[in-house]
Amino acid sequence: MSDQTHMPVEHDLAPGEEEQHSVGERITGYVVGLALALLLTATSFFIAGTNLVWQPSIPVALIVLAIAQMGVHLVFFLHITTGPDNTNNVLALAFGLMVVFLVVGGTVWIMGHLNQNMPPMDQIMQMRQ
Amino acid sequence: MPAVRTVEAMMLGKLDWSAIPFGQPIPLIAGAVVLVAILAVLIWVVVKGHLPYLWHEWITSVDHKRIGVMYILLASVMLLRGGSDAIMMRIQQAVAYQSQGYLPPEHYNQIFSAHGTIMIFFTAMPFVIGLMNLVVPLQLGVRDVAFPTLNSVGFWLTATGALLVNISLVVGEFARTGWLAFPPLSELSYSPGVGVDYYAWSLQISGVGTLVAGINLVTTVLKLRTKGMNYLRMPMFCWTTLASNLLIVAAFPILTATLAMLLLDRYLGFHFFTNEAGGNVMMFMNLIWAWGHPEVYILVLPAFGIFSEVVSTFSGKALFGYRSMVLATMAICVISFMVWLHHFFTMGAGPDVNAIFGIASMIIAVPTGVKIYNWLFTMYGGRIRFATPMLWAVGFMVTFIIGGLTGVLVAVPPADFMLHNSMFLVAHFHNVIIGGVLFGAFAGFEYWFPKAFGFRLDERWGKRAFWFTFTGFYVTFVPLYVAGMLGMTRRLQHYEVAAWRPWMIVAAFGMAVLTIGVICQIMQLVVSIRNREALRDRTGDPWDGRSLEWATSSPPPVFNFAFHPDVRGEDAYWDMKVAAQQQSLDHTAPEYHDIEMPKNSPTGFVCAFFATIMGFALIWHIWWMVILGGIGAIATFVVFAWRDHDEYVIPAAEVARIDRINLEERRGLVSMAGMI
Repeated sequence: MSDQTHMPVEHDLAPGEEEQHSVGERITGYVVGLALALLLTATSFFIAGTNLVWQPSIPVALIVLAIAQMGVHLVFFLHITTGPDNTNNVLALAFGLMVVFLVVGGTVWIMGHLNQNMPPMDQIMQMRQ
Repeated sequence: MPAVRTVEAMMLGKLDWSAIPFGQPIPLIAGAVVLVAILAVLIWVVVKGHLPYLWHEWITSVDHKRIGVMYILLASVMLLRGGSDAIMMRIQQAVAYQSQGYLPPEHYNQIFSAHGTIMIFFTAMPFVIGLMNLVVPLQLGVRDVAFPTLNSVGFWLTATGALLVNISLVVGEFARTGWLAFPPLSELSYSPGVGVDYYAWSLQISGVGTLVAGINLVTTVLKLRTKGMNYLRMPMFCWTTLASNLLIVAAFPILTATLAMLLLDRYLGFHFFTNEAGGNVMMFMNLIWAWGHPEVYILVLPAFGIFSEVVSTFSGKALFGYRSMVLATMAICVISFMVWLHHFFTMGAGPDVNAIFGIASMIIAVPTGVKIYNWLFTMYGGRIRFATPMLWAVGFMVTFIIGGLTGVLVAVPPADFMLHNSMFLVAHFHNVIIGGVLFGAFAGFEYWFPKAFGFRLDERWGKRAFWFTFTGFYVTFVPLYVAGMLGMTRRLQHYEVAAWRPWMIVAAFGMAVLTIGVICQIMQLVVSIRNREALRDRTGDPWDGRSLEWATSSPPPVFNFAFHPDVRGEDAYWDMKVAAQQQSLDHTAPEYHDIEMPKNSPTGFVCAFFATIMGFALIWHIWWMVILGGIGAIATFVVFAWRDHDEYVIPAAEVARIDRINLEERRGLVSMAGMI
């Protein structure tokens, strides 16, 4: 055993903890994030009611904008980076995303199939005709 | 008169004298006996003056070892409660052939619901969480878990849930819906009583406790490891703890959300899972099992970890295939989220869905098989000592393989259509839960008891307990497989089929053998406490162990380690012993430092006290009391958040004094190390 009084784990940051940056730098980060988030929100509202783009592409565009919005939040507000000090947070995010994907995707698939195979009685009667 | 009744309703909600089951002798007598026992213990504690000791050393303790012990104590008491439910069910089914038996249907239904709920939530969960709490910080070579006070809160909230379930025995009733309270049966129109409310609120409150414990242990493993303890040097039990708690953090919110929706249905007239107004009962099945299947791996993964430690220690060898074991653990962690539909193959999903989930369910047997082979290869060529923990481990391997094989069988959808909700299924899941989780819990209990209390458990009674439990298990559950094949469904209060009768009688006989096993377990504890001086573990390493928990004294000092151990490889403590023998141990006195430890805090106990009041009031619709309890619980947290001093210092001289006692004892041990 060696003389070791402090807690020696590899360098890593908890969510919310930040590395030392100057106040100005941090404010700039938040302002850029806010501007991007506002821009994406405004674009979503604009796209939803416009005739400028091909109509069927609107839902796809909204989904893309929503995902971009999440990305902005993760990077500018939750400070998820690809740096080596952030491995745990990125892995936790990946695990969470995977579970959400499995449970939500699985649920949609399963419930869809249940409805397919167990429709209400009048629909069964219609199918038989 | 109506005015009086309104005041009463405001003060007491739905509660009145009819809630006490005066007409039913069994719960009344059982409740009275328990109440008298509790009162007697309380009076004894107060009269003997143990109350300050209990309060300062245990109830308010934030020491992970103490909290672990309290978790295990809670689990053991609840094991007896759930076990008595099991005995009553086995006797009922043995006598209820062409008759009503001795339990009326509404009481029988409460018993099987309480049995499942108690065994999973208040026996298996606290047992494994208790063992993880007790051992993981020691194995990681650190002084405490990441959030000590939160840990205490988690334990006391679990205890609140257990208390509410047991209050239902004498005040009101418990759910009659089975342990997962499927709607529409659990909806207000079919279960108007307070039974389902007792079920749901006790699980909601204890669920918060479990989630808190999960967050705490994940953080501990990820962030608090001693020097050199990188991920691939962690003992196997730490890995399975990490996987299991990741599953807790991911899965328990699903349970909480599902039960919250059921409660909205029952309390505020929502229609999530009702038959009418667009509700969908299948959504409940889907969600509850999306939690329910990861839950079984939450329970069994720590057991796998325990067996890995036990098999390696008692074979005197490093664990075979350590990296494949890590990979198998994490594979199970992920695949456990891809199989939940196999609990409701028969409920209408088409062949595509059933086939995919059936195949996923078979695939999850592969990493489990990897583990079994690794344990076998660890034993191969080892010098095996058949101490009690090793007996549980070997008994587990045999039993779990049988349970696993019947599991792969019911993973085949067409076979499942035949066996769904039959006694075969009941036998299967008891086969894996008793053979896996309970045997694992007992192995861990025997293995780490000396670490927790400083003396070993009596081997003779331990072996008796093992053999009676092991035999009793087979005599009880093999007949249930047969009865299932003969077409018997689960949860029958009585039956008319003559062919089932002999098997039910054999199963009841098996239950008697199992009960002897439990009595042996209690005897073992009594005998060991009496002979504790002879069984004393002075060195802290009674089993010639391999991981860091054996590197400190038994019981460990409150700070666990005077110095953070420096880990150079897997089997950290074994390497130290070998190195110490080769270099004949450096006798120079080390330089000790002050150690800061977290202060005790009543936050957990007070918070749980208010949570109990709130839970009880919610069940009985006593709204003023709900508000009172809620404010109290939140206020407790606020007071804790504004604390000024949360640590105290153990001076270096005191650390040195405690550490030297153990070092003296340990010197003699060094010469024994490394003799393979």
